[in-house]
Amino acid sequence: MTNNARDAILQRLQNSQPSFDNSDKPVSVETPEWPIKERIEQFKSILESVRAEVHLAHPDHWTDTLKSLAKKKQLNNLLYAKKGPLGKMIEDSWDNTEQPVLVNNEGPISEWKESLFFHIDAAVTSSRAAIAETGSLVLWPTEHEPRSWSLVPPVHFVVLDANKLYNTFAEVVEHEQWQQDMPTNALLISGPSKSADIEQTLAYGVHGPTDLIVIVLT
Amino acid sequence: MQQSAEFHTRVEHALANGQIKASFRSAMDGLMAKRKAAFPDTEALEILRLHGAQIRANSLSKLPELLEQLEMNCHKNGIQVHWAESIEDANNIVLTIMQNHQADLLIKGKSMVSEEMELNQFLEQHGIECIESDLGEYILQLAGEPPSHIVAPAIHKSRQQIAHLFNEKFPDIPYSDDVDRLTRNAREILRKKFYAARVGLSGVNFAVAETGTLCLVENEGNGRMCTTVPPVHIAVTGIEKVVEKLEHIPPLLKLLCRSATGQTITTYFNMITSPRKLGEKDGPEEIHLVLLDNGRSRIYEDDELITTLRCIRCGACMNHCPVYARIGGHAYGSTIPGPIGSILEPQKAGLDKLGDLPTASTLCGACAEVCPVHIPIPKLLNRLRYERTRNDHAGATLGQSSGRTVMEAGTWKGWSWVHSQPRLYRLAMYIITRLRKLLPQRIGPWTQVRKAPHIAPKTLHELALKEGFNDK
Ligand code: SF4
Repeated sequence: MTNNARDAILQRLQNSQPSFDNSDKPVSVETPEWPIKERIEQFKSILESVRAEVHLAHPDHWTDTLKSLAKKKQLNNLLYAKKGPLGKMIEDSWDNTEQPVLVNNEGPISEWKESLFFHIDAAVTSSRAAIAETGSLVLWPTEHEPRSWSLVPPVHFVVLDANKLYNTFAEVVEHEQWQQDMPTNALLISGPSKSADIEQTLAYGVHGPTDLIVIVLT
Repeated sequence: MQQSAEFHTRVEHALANGQIKASFRSAMDGLMAKRKAAFPDTEALEILRLHGAQIRANSLSKLPELLEQLEMNCHKNGIQVHWAESIEDANNIVLTIMQNHQADLLIKGKSMVSEEMELNQFLEQHGIECIESDLGEYILQLAGEPPSHIVAPAIHKSRQQIAHLFNEKFPDIPYSDDVDRLTRNAREILRKKFYAARVGLSGVNFAVAETGTLCLVENEGNGRMCTTVPPVHIAVTGIEKVVEKLEHIPPLLKLLCRSATGQTITTYFNMITSPRKLGEKDGPEEIHLVLLDNGRSRIYEDDELITTLRCIRCGACMNHCPVYARIGGHAYGSTIPGPIGSILEPQKAGLDKLGDLPTASTLCGACAEVCPVHIPIPKLLNRLRYERTRNDHAGATLGQSSGRTVMEAGTWKGWSWVHSQPRLYRLAMYIITRLRKLLPQRIGPWTQVRKAPHIAPKTLHELALKEGFNDK
């Protein structure tokens, strides 16, 4: 069925290729370029306007920030990637008697789905890049930091290197040449999960995290 | 003509319902203001809209090639591509996938194409439960209603109505009409469904031919849940959604988010390029892409009507439409309401069925002014009005000439004949002005809400001659 449908649809489209004028000349769209300080300000203010938290921290001491934020939220546990880019620093700074308890699981999610869905309070992941114009984090989930970590737990901490803060989405795609090799899943995350489906009133934490907390390393 | 009567009844109902009118009015006012604030620089907006229009027009001009390229790249990435001529085909493709996995529960993200397919009803007939997971869609599913707006589906419902609905369906959960509480309740109910479902379904906002990537725009995270947690993901989309290059996505995304709700960007922009790869710990093991035609290739045949297919479903045209704001989405009786629905749906279903929709417009032009991809909606509305009455049987529009009546056609024929005969024309005008008192005061629907027009005692010709204008 599908094959016939395929050929029939393509055939019809080919037989009626439109003759409208279509100049391939691109319209030139200007993209903003801000100095790093402004980029950080813009990124921070946009994210904060959608109720995300943004904290600046020193690259050597960011785990202190993470720890104090996690304590303030009274989290029982924190999921982290042992083999991910943040793993070592987190382990080195955490005391195993400390709250929240660090949790790590390298197994396929299907093996511990229940605990991820119903028992993990928070997860911390790295971020590949970010976008100042829209206050977006760019995540390319990996085998160490799977995609559901930024989705299922109610609190998501993200650690971002300020040097990876681009001006616009277009700039990221171009600069990193995404079209060469797209990952399984690429994500822009620009705040905690939200909905305005009831009377146009914003509510946070619909299906994804209720809290998005970004630590920017400057 | 049955459909026409139904349409008018629905419109009258809607106009008589103060709550609906008030809900839509305030929601539309809010959305218009937000969009305006999101585009502070009108010049930059115009450039961006031109760019958006060009990207979509370019993609359409190469549609067959791009579809083949998309299919090839999807295959390379491990995504299975299915083609569907009709909604029956598409429904059966989804059913087969469900049956292959012995799945009896489908968790769904927001997808207008699945509404077009009436997929839920179809699968339910085959014993498969479908759960909508977008908050608005979920509310409507509980209420047994279709969406009334493509971006904000439950916009016609008040908080109290939603609270009562939840209370009725889930008597164990304490009653609350607090928006946060209602949202939290829905989160808890649906989380169990995401957890349990073996198959998730989503729509597609853009499909990138160059990389074989499916892009999804959303705020709630339910779209990500549906495409991340279940072992199988099915994406359904119309064949027109393909875009040539990845670099075309950022401008379209910007236009879409800002035009739709005035957001700088949605919470999530989800780009899916392949099923789970070796070593990855989550994500679906199987992804299916269903490409649906259902009349789109017919729309594609017409060099003017093809612009309908540029649409990126932002909903701005409905937010700015004075008719939509008054009658709401349900009155249209089509999957997609508002100005875009009034041009798209009659072309899909046929003017014989939905031919009244193009008349549900004042042609004020607000839709075309805000459309991020420059679809000349009023022009297309006019064109479809013409298609509905022309009878030269040229062109591909379904249901052409179905609205032609002997009376109307005869009247216009007579009109144009009289206007081409100067003597006759003057005689007719003379008689009409002299007998003006005898003309009827009630002329159908016109005089239901207005007075009949007054005819002047003398014709313009007579007056002009008296003023000394030369008639030659
Ligand atoms: S026709 Fe234009 S304004 Fe209306 S939904 Fe489509 S893209 Fe948006």
